[in-house]
Amino acid sequence: MFPEYDVIVVGAGHAGCEAAVAAANMGSKVMLATMNMQTIAQMSCNPAMGGVAKGQIVREIDALGGYSAFATDHSMIQFRMLNLSKGPAMWSPRAQSDRMMFAAKWRDMLEQHENIDFWQEMVTGIIVKGDRVVGVRTGMGLEIKGKAVVLTNGTFLNGIIHIGEKQFGGGRAGERASKGITEQLVELGFESGRMKTGTPPRIDGRSIDYSKLEEQPGDDVPRRFSFTDTAIPATQRPCHIGYTNPEVHNMLKTGFEKSPMFNGRIQGLGPRYCPSIEDKIDRFSERDRHQLFVEPEGWNTVEVYLNGFSSSLPEDVQFKALRLIPGFENAKMFRPGYAIEYDFFQPTQLKPTLETHLVSQLFFAGQINGTTGYEEAGAQGLIAGINAHLSVAEKDPFVLQRSDAYIGVLIDDLINKGTEEPYRMFTSRAEFRILLRQDNADLRLTPLAYQLGIKGTDTRMDRVREKESQIKDIEKLFSKLSVEPYQIESMLADKNSSPLKQKVKLHSVLLRPNIGIGDLRMAIPELDQKLSAFDEESLECAEIAMKYEGYIEKEKEMADKMRRLEGIKLKDNFDYHALPSLSMEARVKLSNQKPRTIGQASRISGIRPADISVLLVHMGR
Amino acid sequence: MHSDYQDTIVALATPPGVGAIGVIRISGQQAISCVQDFFRGKDLNNVTSHTAHFGRLVNEDGQIIDEVLLTVFRGPRSYTGENTIEISCHGSPYILQEVIRLLTSNEQVRIANPGEFTLRAFMNGKLDLTQAEAVADLIASSSEKSHELAMQQLRGGFAKKLSDLRQELIHFASLIELELDFSEEDVEFADRSQLNALILNIQRTIHPIMESFKYGNAIKQGINTVLAGRPNAGKSTLLNALLNEERAIVSDIAGTTRDTIEERLVIDGVEFRLIDTAGIRDATDAIEAIGVAKTMEKIEQSAVLLYLFDVTALDVATVHEDVDKLQREGLELIVIANKMDLDPYLKPESFYNDYIHKDNLITTSAINQMNIDYLKTKLYQLGIKGKAQTDAVIITNSRHYKALAETSDALQRAKDNLDQGLSGDLVAMDIRRALHFLGEISGEVTTDDLLENIFSKFCIGK
Repeated sequence: MFPEYDVIVVGAGHAGCEAAVAAANMGSKVMLATMNMQTIAQMSCNPAMGGVAKGQIVREIDALGGYSAFATDHSMIQFRMLNLSKGPAMWSPRAQSDRMMFAAKWRDMLEQHENIDFWQEMVTGIIVKGDRVVGVRTGMGLEIKGKAVVLTNGTFLNGIIHIGEKQFGGGRAGERASKGITEQLVELGFESGRMKTGTPPRIDGRSIDYSKLEEQPGDDVPRRFSFTDTAIPATQRPCHIGYTNPEVHNMLKTGFEKSPMFNGRIQGLGPRYCPSIEDKIDRFSERDRHQLFVEPEGWNTVEVYLNGFSSSLPEDVQFKALRLIPGFENAKMFRPGYAIEYDFFQPTQLKPTLETHLVSQLFFAGQINGTTGYEEAGAQGLIAGINAHLSVAEKDPFVLQRSDAYIGVLIDDLINKGTEEPYRMFTSRAEFRILLRQDNADLRLTPLAYQLGIKGTDTRMDRVREKESQIKDIEKLFSKLSVEPYQIESMLADKNSSPLKQKVKLHSVLLRPNIGIGDLRMAIPELDQKLSAFDEESLECAEIAMKYEGYIEKEKEMADKMRRLEGIKLKDNFDYHALPSLSMEARVKLSNQKPRTIGQASRISGIRPADISVLLVHMGR
Repeated sequence: MHSDYQDTIVALATPPGVGAIGVIRISGQQAISCVQDFFRGKDLNNVTSHTAHFGRLVNEDGQIIDEVLLTVFRGPRSYTGENTIEISCHGSPYILQEVIRLLTSNEQVRIANPGEFTLRAFMNGKLDLTQAEAVADLIASSSEKSHELAMQQLRGGFAKKLSDLRQELIHFASLIELELDFSEEDVEFADRSQLNALILNIQRTIHPIMESFKYGNAIKQGINTVLAGRPNAGKSTLLNALLNEERAIVSDIAGTTRDTIEERLVIDGVEFRLIDTAGIRDATDAIEAIGVAKTMEKIEQSAVLLYLFDVTALDVATVHEDVDKLQREGLELIVIANKMDLDPYLKPESFYNDYIHKDNLITTSAINQMNIDYLKTKLYQLGIKGKAQTDAVIITNSRHYKALAETSDALQRAKDNLDQGLSGDLVAMDIRRALHFLGEISGEVTTDDLLENIFSKFCIGK
């Protein structure tokens, strides 16, 4: 019934979709198996993409030829560039999406792909021969053969949904949980764990009194996530901000004893940065209000997502508390919030390619690895998809370094340190965040994707070359052109910047804090005219490169240092137990995690500098 | 921190402590040019390999630190295979300390990790594998020990101060990261003046610690020498005689010296930390009781005990009783019979017993400087005998000093950037550097430490 596929992807969420597209765009024949084709690329949590650190990841996925940015731009109902008051490394794009359009766009892009087939049914196990995976088995007992398998099961593995004292099996509200896979993997020797996450109630927007809420509009000039020419929305929808109060808190407290969070029924590890409302009230009892974010679910639907009110309290308590929130006095609920527990596998069981150590050609991506977030999932899917294809084609693996991309930081953290709570990206996790900016993701990564031969990256590469040459020209212009004191006298005065004493190069004026290319353009018509030939994106990139050159150079130096250690390779079959000078902990951890380089070994938790010195000596470099 | 072969490394090559000479070795790309910067003598850039050169080392202010003999080895014909200079200095811990501090003031030069010279020798193909395996064992064991030792060496208060400092820095870094990663959250962000006050506070904590390392206890590292005896035996007078200065309060009233007083005495390059104590007589008042307890505590920490008695006041039995009480194993004892001018016919032999004999009983008249030079000679002999040396490793202290200096430097830059109104992500770069360097002595600070701190203090997450 089925041909043998190169790559089988199990699950069609953000990780699964990116994995399927990546492998397919490299030339693999891909089978995308999902329990329900109506829920491809669902935004199970809030209808938004990006944000601080996450926006950078979406840009990186796009630069590597992934499709998440296409779906986001296509379905965008609001755009904001966050952190604009901070340095350029912190600028982070964020979009509200029309949930249904987002999923529809993804499904459309997948269906249009000649290399992707679909099968709608629960996958209940993998087929293993020797130490390799050779296919999957379905609930009906069908076998689908594949040379590589990517598991992206999300929250579906033995998922249990909790609402108050009620609990039932399910992977998402109204959807069945997936059984069999965890048990089989544990039998094969994998170590599994349990995690927990939650979601807030969905509200009928017609029942909300928006006059009692604060409006938060999108940016005046919306932008796009993709480095290609995707459409930018002409109009936007606002979000709204509301607040809880002590009455709301007191009402919620009446349900605490029935809360699965507090009575110990939920054992999974929940994220500290995305707590439920009951958790916030409990842990920060001194606060008499908590912020709520009212997010529209789309252009046309009246459904509204109440961000900040995530709860697993009994539905009647949720409802009564909801109605005590100003603006929600007459609110109607479409469905209550709930908590969900699911299986995950410590990602320390993976290689940097996201292939498992135990079973070759088997890859994990997304929440199965203990992460949270569409962006984190999509990024892992992309890397797993690329490497699944490469391993089938018997080519060298593709691994991003910490200094290359947030995606590199993400995977390096996961496989070396593991995680004790759902892992989310923060910019503080990256050592080189001045290098890993949203404006240069294409310059950093598209050349790598182009070398891999990912379909569609040749035209992207042309754009990168054009951008690079424009940046060079702009930099040349600024180091060549001079400015007389009188030309920018009033502009400098307006900006509280000291006046020029003599004629100087434009470049040196740009180095002043608070002075940007835009200010100089307005003051110097000749410059404005010359710069009009360049793209906005190139101008932004060139401005950052010139203004922050000192900092960028410093980080590049540190990144080079780190890379030297990444250059010293360790063999998979290295016998760490034969080195008595290594600490016992180091011997065990290194044997289990099989680092590929000295650099990676140094980041494994519990490995001390002395162990690295011992390794260096024995490697003989 | 693991080795980075781009750096130039420096360390003391001879055993720590006092010796006639001490040899400091520096190896790496910058070895020759770095030494040249502080060397007054031949231009080292032009000398051939395996040659020795006499000259002076001067510090940043042009002051002479020591006259030295340099031996220059050019890579690959050196132990490490890199450019190497061996600097022979006079063996005073202070001089050695200063030279190392001076060389590491160059940004390219850092203090070597345990076994690092040998590690480099192996990396550069100067050792075979059997030798290297022995080195690996050495590195593994010594680095663990050195960390332990380092922590032990932070005398009492420093360990606490350092951990407070670490906590303050984590808090500061968390505030910076908070406004970067969680700018959209409904939490209160620190404003610039708060951040400024915090950073000043941290600087205020760090500087005294640094200063104490630079001039005080850490570098002093002399031989702990306790001066003990009954009240009015003349301890303070003897101390003054040794130091040729009026230091302690001298009076005829028994028990004038209630606190312990520390003085540094250098005899021909050997350093002694002289600790004057309150008397050991059974305390008659509460204040003095504290002094007596301190005396016993100081003796516990010392290598040399100078027991002093007034020949006109004590009989043989009492002296023996006192010495029995104070003596412990490993303690070098010198018994000083003082105020001989008042009883010139006293026979020292009458005091001899198992502990007191010809070699360690000295008769003096401190007030007249009589036999003080002989006492100094005795002390010097004990000092160079080595037995009395403290275990203090000056390298460890240099490492601490360097790490603190780097931390402080990074903080200063962070403060400058704050003052200039630069954004948090740029300020954070220097804060991260500060955390990294402080982490070298107080334990690594990871992103998880910062996030942990943020999540515990601020309500994050909509």
